[in-house]
Amino acid sequence: MENLVQAALKTVNFYAIMPSVILVIFGMVLLLIGVFSKPGRTTHIAWIGIIGLICAAAATVSAWNGLAIKDIGIQFGFADQVAQDGFALFFNIIFIFSAALTILMSDDYLRREGYPINEFYSLILFATAGSMWMASATDMMTIFLGLEVLSVSLYVLAGFFYNDVRSNEAGLKYFLLGAFSTGFLLYGMALLYGVTGTTNLSEIGLILSSQHQAMLGNPMTIAGMLLLSTGFLFKIGVVPFHMWAPDVYQGAPTPITAFMSAGPKAAALAAFMRILLFSFAEMQVDWSALLWILAVLTMTIGNFMAVSQTNIKRMLAYSSITHAGYALVGLVAANYIGFSGILYYMLAYTFMNLGAFAVLVLAGKKGENNLTYEGLAGFGFKRPFLGVALSIFILSLMGMPPTAGFTAKFYIFAGAIKAEYIWLAVIGVLNSAVSLYYYLRVLVAMYFRDPQEDFAWVSMPLGAMVSIIISLVGVLYLGLLPERVMELARIAIF
Amino acid sequence: MSEHLLSIITFLPLLGMAMLLFIPRDNEPLLKGFTLIVTLVTFGISLPLAFNDVFITSGGMQYTEFVKWISIGDFFQMNYNLGIDGISLWLVLLTTFIMPIAVLSTWQAIEKNTKGFMALLLLLETGMIGAFISLDLFLFYIFWELMLIPMYFLIGIWGGKNRIYAAVKFFIYTAVGSLLMLVAIIFIYYYAQQSALDTNGFSITQFYQMNVPADVQIWLFLAFAFSFAIKVPMFPLHTWLPDAHTEAPTAGSVILAAVMLKMGTYGFIRFAMPLFPEALATCMPYLATLCVIGIIYGSLVAMVQSDVKKLVAYSSVAHLGFVMLGVFALNLQGMAGGMIQMVNHGISTGALFLIVGFIYERRHTREISEFGGLAKQMPIFATIFMIVTLSSIGLPGTNGFVGEFLILVGAFESELRWYAVFATTGVILAAVYMLWMFQRMMFGELNNPKNTLLKDLSVREIIVMLPLLLFIFWIGIYPNVFFDKMNPALENLIMQIDGKQQIAVVQKIDAPKHIEFK
Repeated sequence: MENLVQAALKTVNFYAIMPSVILVIFGMVLLLIGVFSKPGRTTHIAWIGIIGLICAAAATVSAWNGLAIKDIGIQFGFADQVAQDGFALFFNIIFIFSAALTILMSDDYLRREGYPINEFYSLILFATAGSMWMASATDMMTIFLGLEVLSVSLYVLAGFFYNDVRSNEAGLKYFLLGAFSTGFLLYGMALLYGVTGTTNLSEIGLILSSQHQAMLGNPMTIAGMLLLSTGFLFKIGVVPFHMWAPDVYQGAPTPITAFMSAGPKAAALAAFMRILLFSFAEMQVDWSALLWILAVLTMTIGNFMAVSQTNIKRMLAYSSITHAGYALVGLVAANYIGFSGILYYMLAYTFMNLGAFAVLVLAGKKGENNLTYEGLAGFGFKRPFLGVALSIFILSLMGMPPTAGFTAKFYIFAGAIKAEYIWLAVIGVLNSAVSLYYYLRVLVAMYFRDPQEDFAWVSMPLGAMVSIIISLVGVLYLGLLPERVMELARIAIF
Repeated sequence: MSEHLLSIITFLPLLGMAMLLFIPRDNEPLLKGFTLIVTLVTFGISLPLAFNDVFITSGGMQYTEFVKWISIGDFFQMNYNLGIDGISLWLVLLTTFIMPIAVLSTWQAIEKNTKGFMALLLLLETGMIGAFISLDLFLFYIFWELMLIPMYFLIGIWGGKNRIYAAVKFFIYTAVGSLLMLVAIIFIYYYAQQSALDTNGFSITQFYQMNVPADVQIWLFLAFAFSFAIKVPMFPLHTWLPDAHTEAPTAGSVILAAVMLKMGTYGFIRFAMPLFPEALATCMPYLATLCVIGIIYGSLVAMVQSDVKKLVAYSSVAHLGFVMLGVFALNLQGMAGGMIQMVNHGISTGALFLIVGFIYERRHTREISEFGGLAKQMPIFATIFMIVTLSSIGLPGTNGFVGEFLILVGAFESELRWYAVFATTGVILAAVYMLWMFQRMMFGELNNPKNTLLKDLSVREIIVMLPLLLFIFWIGIYPNVFFDKMNPALENLIMQIDGKQQIAVVQKIDAPKHIEFK
């Protein structure tokens, strides 16, 4: 018995999950600090959370350098349940950025809305740790573990404004539908385990590979894959599993909306990519065909729903569905350019979307009923810096050069065109043309309409300004000098 | 210095814009003066290009610059690759020449938010020059889109009553076209890679050597042509133009007409036509038909406009129809005529928009019926207006004649003979709408009391117009200076399109496997 424990401990490799361990420790420390702090004072907690994220980022970078120096490319831990490779580490950076930008923009916002509660920050750190496990998981069990940690944190965060009906609705809706989709996911995993006798992704891939052709056509395998996909597509918010998104996005606290559209979405994409590539590489033709349809539907329906919105937050929520569709294009392409394009795209999207939300958080009054197109009339002239910043984020979301949105879209569509998915690329760019309409409305409101209000309530707290400036630097750096990060995304692919 | 001349011309306005941001926003004279100086210096630096005789002897790219920019393994590679030849030479000079004039025209017209206006003008100049001299398609695309954003804001913030509609329409039209072009650009790149062509980024000179099968060419050509035809604009994609031109502030209209419309024609000449000659041949009858429709339709609609600015805007549709017809003639006369007519249109229509701006600043209306008999009240204005009007019509001795004559000769000598016959009616129609408009505004009784208070042109306004008048007569009387430098490049281009040299220069590249569109 003792030998078994020892043997098990040998395979434990905390180094392989170091960034997430740091985040969990910091999350718990934040809870403790919160207990000993005066109620309503959360600023120091937010900044300690930022320190935790910086430590996690340092651990990620050092792990990346370690992989590069030793030239191994991958490091396993916990009996091959998690892998630390370029793929996981690149996604870690995306999660860390999205969490950090969210925390930075939240502090003043929570006080304004009357919910300065310290657990908020711990939950974000836990959600980020869960995301990291999803991205580095090489076993279905680890994926599930990460997904649950992530989802439970998000359920609470979505319903965080406990006196607000819409926030309650968001939390409950997300919880019910999320639990349902997790059920699908588990069912799929169970079926796959039944067919292959293992939960390890690479082993499933091996078993399904050419030596076992019969298993590929097995209805249980196909059903397993479809159910598994349903679970992930729900989390990514792909049409037709997107119904929860608009209500949850609108009801949730604004920074959480921003967070959900970037980090957790990337986590689900990461796990989904790993499963498709490790386990279902043999079925690539089939899932590409399936995802082709879903990508087109997601881009188009997300767009057409965004067009009719009058609330900017809701518009951005719908448009984030569209952006998930663009990311799927890289998955359909199923070549290296497309895959690394997804990594790059999610990073770029994190900067531009969280940046836009950070400006909106500042522009909103308590209750945020003024975040309509009319409510922003003349904002650009009254608040020049915030106006220019929001313009750059919006131009980036449109995909205009020289911003991150353009290089990211270029990367993804280059993958699709290289794989000769010309029509998919054409549909994609036509969708981006449709999206111009509603994105331009933000610019029209900010600059072309005369100010109705003086925007005197707009303050510029340190945290939110830091998050806006980080996002701006990210958007312009990825737009003008994309080579370094593009190269990192290239070598991050297995 | 000279090996980085193109970069300096391109990015000097951008640098100026960055410095402009440090000038206090209420110091208007300094803001305007500084912008004027930046544009004048840019023009001064670009002048040596005009006096360089290398363009007379060689049709190749000069002043080339090449720096690796983005290189991602075997994924893709983009380079910072600039160069100029006889085709882009005059367009770059036109840009640097028009910009100080546009800045001067804003002296009294722009009152709110001068700082933003000047910053956007400078950003726009960088975008326009960059698009004319990029030899890398990716770089070209970036500059091409970069032009769009400042112009959108110029129209939307400082435009007329209907500015929001005009700005959004302008943006969406142009962006839709360019997005499809982006797909085509990426496709060509991977096609070249597949053809085992030694791809050096998105280099246009290397793509010239490619032999794309006709059935693929047609799609790519359509994507490019769609984008450029919107920008030209060719009928029936012209509807954004009257709105944008009419609503834009004077400086915006001048730049739109003088330079940005040339992006479309330039795009055809530099990219769409030499890259896909077979598809061009297939589409030629349709394109030429659209040109002729554009000429006649534009003229007829111009004739019935009650707003002077709209009239000038529709006359642009007709003029650009002529330019495209000349270019599609694919012989030296037609192409040279088209090229010179691009410059002419920039000068004459730019001047017309300035004139409309002068009168609008005085009366705050552009309705033709509001005017009449102005010639008595404003003699200098009337004289200048007359010269510009005649140049726009194409009277011999002015620049317009040289261009239209060559275009029609070129078209008659090519297979577009019958199109030329119909296009010629456009010359007559131009005389009708321009002279009629001139007569209604300038001659007759001075019976509107508001017009009796009008002052003649100020010294600043005359200074703005003088350089344009100079070129109207220079090109009209002695255009050889211009032709000498553009002909070698045009000859190269025609040979390229005819494909006679294509196989001699490079060994025939095996066409890759059949492309299946998914």
